[in-house]
Amino acid sequence: MNTIVVAQLQRQFQDYIVSLYQQGFLDNQFSELRKLQDEGTPDFVAEVVSLFFDDCSKLINTMSISLERPDNVDFKQVDSGVHQLKGSSSSVGARRVKNVCISFKECCDVQNREGCLRCLQQVDYEYKMLKTKLQDLFNLEKQILQAGGTIPQVDIN
Amino acid sequence: MTRDQVAEELPNLAESKLTALVVDDSFVNQTIHQKLLNRLGIKNDVVTNGKEAVDVYCSGGNYDLILMDMDMPIMNGIQATKRLREMGIESKIAGVTTRANEGEKKEFMEAGLNDFQEKPLTISKLLSILHKLNFYVQT
Repeated sequence: MNTIVVAQLQRQFQDYIVSLYQQGFLDNQFSELRKLQDEGTPDFVAEVVSLFFDDCSKLINTMSISLERPDNVDFKQVDSGVHQLKGSSSSVGARRVKNVCISFKECCDVQNREGCLRCLQQVDYEYKMLKTKLQDLFNLEKQILQAGGTIPQVDIN
Repeated sequence: MTRDQVAEELPNLAESKLTALVVDDSFVNQTIHQKLLNRLGIKNDVVTNGKEAVDVYCSGGNYDLILMDMDMPIMNGIQATKRLREMGIESKIAGVTTRANEGEKKEFMEAGLNDFQEKPLTISKLLSILHKLNFYVQT
């Protein structure tokens, strides 16, 4: 094991994950998920966020269809989708996605189709951005493990 | 919370052989709730809506604890809780939901819950449920 390389990678990992919290991509619930990961389930966090991103893709597609025709928007369906997305983003600590869902719900409540479309676009952007960021984080984890190191516990408080 | 900290908090939990049923239509929440229960040594199963939960009990299944989501297709948590209580089921039922306004919480509680926690669930919140429902044995 090259200890210098491991130390550098660990530092990179720490700095990166802290930046994700500071930039609002993640909140404390992500830390809670990381605490649940253990030797028996080393891919737990990756598995959960993968399910979350599947949710995002499906729900965004469904809501897009519901919002398609200006004269026939099913706001109840859109509201249901937003509620589910807010729930799962909250469960994984996807803070920016959750915050967009809050605005999205407000647009649904007043049946503002244009507002809903803007929120839909934004939630699509935010989840894809988060997906890229977390993929980079998981790649760093892999590199640390391949170099013989351990993943640092990071206290973001 | 580490395994050691959990063991300190509830030393006899692992020996109590508790069982739980996760009732939630979200795969994200199912995975997290099962992991939380596994971490505390609680054997568990999962179903995806209230009707499936009722069906499990109709088929003779029984659990010490049910973690019941509120919003689910086919049969929601309120309907399922009412149905289970009508059937005479005495399992402890903890409602877990993101809907937290007082009116919705009251309606859910009145359906027959023993406890209520806002999602997302964490180890601390789950321990709070277990404490509240007296699911531990003090040495």
